[in-house]
Amino acid sequence: MDTEKIGDVRIVRLQGRLGEVSAPQFEDRMKEMIEEGEVLFVVDLGGLEYISSAGLRSILSTAKELKKLDGLLFLSGLRGPVKEVFEISHFVDIFRIFGSVQEALEAMPR
Amino acid sequence: MAETVRSVANIDQLERILEFVRSCAARAGFSGRRIIDLELAVEEAMVNICRYAYTEHSGEVEVACLQEPGGILRIEIVDRGRPFNLLKAEKPVFECDIARRQLGGLGIHIIRNMVDDIRYRREGDKNRLILVLRDRKQNSPSTPEPVGPGR
Repeated sequence: MDTEKIGDVRIVRLQGRLGEVSAPQFEDRMKEMIEEGEVLFVVDLGGLEYISSAGLRSILSTAKELKKLDGLLFLSGLRGPVKEVFEISHFVDIFRIFGSVQEALEAMPR
Repeated sequence: MAETVRSVANIDQLERILEFVRSCAARAGFSGRRIIDLELAVEEAMVNICRYAYTEHSGEVEVACLQEPGGILRIEIVDRGRPFNLLKAEKPVFECDIARRQLGGLGIHIIRNMVDDIRYRREGDKNRLILVLRDRKQNSPSTPEPVGPGR
């Protein structure tokens, strides 16, 4: 996982797997950034090969937290098995999902 | 041909179990994409067992991989925890609002979507969960492999 700040938006790029073992680390890192005052996020899943229900839960839990703070969490780069898991879990209905980080950034309020 | 791994039903053993099913599926010639489906189903089933099967004491879980003709892999997961028939679990509710959407309940839904067949049997003090996966690449949709008796 690596992050980058562009304007007011924190971009988080995930790689590899987001499952039972790795999801808590992601969620903790997101919590830290939210506590530091970050509220606008683009989480890019382009490098992710695997996501389980634990991974979905960690993203949803973060989004719930951000909603309370009037923050935003956009997703980008879903592909392959990750995209399929998002579809069968109807996560595509509750998140704003973009083809690329750039498109997600352009949709962010200024 | 069956291969079996036994371990304590604990999340810290999950990677080892996934590595085991991954290598069984690779040896059976499964495609990379279908191996991920298998790992997802096994992760979700294992997490259920580790969290809910043994509440009073720790226990074991046994995972067996059986290769069957026609590009079929059968995974049998056995625990001696409290009875749990995954087939009777309720479907999750898909609320469209982030605030109202439930955090849990997706694991079993994911299993159902990843495998071709699920069977469950309570055998004495054991739960036996059977997951059946077909490697999609070996069977084109237009010519389905006959299943059942006749061999």
